[in-house]
Amino acid sequence: MTAAIEVENLRCEFRVRTGLMSAEKRVVAVDDVTFSVPAGSVLGVVGESGCGKSTLARMVLGLLKPTAGTVLVDGRRLFDLDRKARARLIQPVFQDPFASLNPRRRIKDIVALPLEAQGTFSRGEIERRVAGILERVGLSAAMGERMPAQLSGGQRQRAAIARALVLEPRIVICDEPTSALDVSVQAQILNLLADLRRDLGLTYLFISHNLAVVEHVASEVAVMYLGRIVERNETDALFRSPRHPYTKALLESVLTPEPGKGVPDIGLGDAMPDPANIPPGCRFIRAAASRSNAAAMRHQRAWSGLPREW
Amino acid sequence: MSALLEVEELQVTFGGRTAAVRGASFRVEKGETHCLVGESGCGKSVTALAVMSLLARGGHRSAKRMSFAGTDLTSLSDREMARLRGNRMAMIFQEPMTSLNPAFTIGSQMAEVLTRHKGGSRAAALDRAAELMGRVGITAPGMRLGQFPHQLSGGLRQRVMIAMALMCDPELLIADEPTTALDVTVQAQILRLLANLKREFGLSILLITHDLGIVARVADHVSVMYAGEVVERAPTAALFRAPQHPYTRGLLSCVPVPGRVQRDKPLGSIPGVVPAIGAGFAGCAFRSRCAHADETCARAIPRREAGDAHDYLCRLEPDWAELQPA
Ligand SMILES: Nc1ncnc2c1ncn2[C@@H]1O[C@H](COP(=O)(O)OP(=O)(O)OP(=O)(O)O)[C@@H](O)[C@H]1O
Ligand SMILES: Nc1ncnc2c1ncn2[C@@H]1O[C@H](COP(=O)(O)OP(=O)(O)OP(=O)(O)O)[C@@H](O)[C@H]1O
Ligand code: SF4
Ligand SMILES: [Mg+2]
Ligand SMILES: [Mg+2]
Repeated sequence: MTAAIEVENLRCEFRVRTGLMSAEKRVVAVDDVTFSVPAGSVLGVVGESGCGKSTLARMVLGLLKPTAGTVLVDGRRLFDLDRKARARLIQPVFQDPFASLNPRRRIKDIVALPLEAQGTFSRGEIERRVAGILERVGLSAAMGERMPAQLSGGQRQRAAIARALVLEPRIVICDEPTSALDVSVQAQILNLLADLRRDLGLTYLFISHNLAVVEHVASEVAVMYLGRIVERNETDALFRSPRHPYTKALLESVLTPEPGKGVPDIGLGDAMPDPANIPPGCRFIRAAASRSNAAAMRHQRAWSGLPREW
Repeated sequence: MSALLEVEELQVTFGGRTAAVRGASFRVEKGETHCLVGESGCGKSVTALAVMSLLARGGHRSAKRMSFAGTDLTSLSDREMARLRGNRMAMIFQEPMTSLNPAFTIGSQMAEVLTRHKGGSRAAALDRAAELMGRVGITAPGMRLGQFPHQLSGGLRQRVMIAMALMCDPELLIADEPTTALDVTVQAQILRLLANLKREFGLSILLITHDLGIVARVADHVSVMYAGEVVERAPTAALFRAPQHPYTRGLLSCVPVPGRVQRDKPLGSIPGVVPAIGAGFAGCAFRSRCAHADETCARAIPRREAGDAHDYLCRLEPDWAELQPA
């Protein structure tokens, strides 16, 4: 069976000027990333803020040209498909809904656009489908009449999800799709995504900072740090026995709803890595070293115990 | 303790039709973190924007009382309000791209805030910006200051917003979902930074978040909103120990915790949606979804006391049924 998404040695560099006088620097946003997502499964991607998750998503969507490496979606290069076929195959939910919704159109027109672009749906069919998907993401018909600026943050996010799902694409790239939702509405959306996956066999690439959400939706999880995948495992195994120190740090930093416990200090704070100036060797060691030497040593050992390609 | 921000019976409507906030009341004490939680669309951001006098066109606010450090906010002129905003009271917006100007570098936008309110040189302002960026965990601030918003990741933008809000050492920080784009390790760092500012400088924080883990760990008091009303107010420990309003109980029972997630089961949610609230709506707005609703719920609902600084809006007596979330 062909994988829904297949990514090999993907790399993306940006050139940035650090000051008027200084020379250009290269920011390596995604560095040698390889993975594949079987059809009908969900790859969860978690990782440090700024580690390259959204950049990776844009390359998979064909919106950004990789500096090196290949992306195959459903066994094909997206560039070989026309826009309509591409839209039926893969759809995005972007991280910043405000920036991704046309501010001058009504919500229901924005959601209808992917259907209209196909040119094969009747007016009535379009209206029926738009009304159906808006209801399933919890937006009333009245909300459909509004402009994006007239919605709350979470309502906009649900509009973006409705737009991505309305065509029932085979693959959906979700970049923080529920970050603006309260737990109850979030559950409603995640249950909807799960239903679609079960009924239509959809495949998701699911980027999120919410580890409980990732644990619930993903079949497999990739942990990114400074552009690389540092750990990848089946979801249960990853949460049960995280191996990379960064994964452990993530799990230790989760805030459970227990009053009085305060915010844990795992001591990573002061040594966030700089993507324009990546330290040699393990990317995590510099950060870990700020904790204590003993901890750094422990991490060094833990790190070297991991298979090479990680 | 004295209240730094007092909001009493705030009403906000849009175009005279949508009632986004319907009589919300709460107070943020000096040096405390007050969390505002509630269902998506219940009026949290609109409440914050109303306090800052930043409602979108068509938005109209009225309040029995709205005061900041003893100053009546409703009586301030636009110019007086502009002098407070970004200076003594600062806000971190829910979506960074709505408030960062895409045409200017991060550095010039951050420096402008300081020079506008406090004067001083641009160079000094840039130094301050770089220092604050370091404190919110942004490495290579020099490079970031020269970049444009679209060149930053979602989490970097969010941290720029946080640093920008702190430029003038505000007394009140209104933070609307400030850490949604951050991984949990950076989130912890930001929350500790805010806690330090609170301890050292008596910073007061009105924190809007749907992350009940954050609420539990950092809030002193919590106000729970539903459909434009504050339906429950309580000290944090009391809210988690003995939530009273059926909506609060429902919400708390939906929180997924990593490691305790049941993967093959659907996630818990509160069935139903918020009804459209038109003019003349009376009674409890939660009644179409509440398992305990009866005919009295369509009439005026009493606000009940459930303990020290703990009250809620419901027909049910305190500690109805066992204290198990419904
Ligand atoms: N257009 C661009 N020009 C220059 N640098 C960029 C550009 N887009 C992204 N970057 C840089 O690439 C790195 C990775 O960014 P990306 O948005 O992929 O991170 P992310 O993992 O999605 O982070 P977050 O969780 O904060 O959204 C960051 O250092 C970012 O500043
Ligand atoms: N400019 C506007 N015009 C009309 N209605 C608006 C406008 N802005 C907000 N609303 C409505 O007011 C209500 C409250 O919105 P608000 O943004 O305060 O919600 P919120 O509690 O912050 O939700 P979220 O958690 O999704 O951000 C929503 O139903 C929204 O649709
Ligand atoms: S007033 Fe009635 S409907 Fe509203 S929360 Fe209480 S029991 Fe439920
Ligand atoms: Mg991102
Ligand atoms: Mg909001």
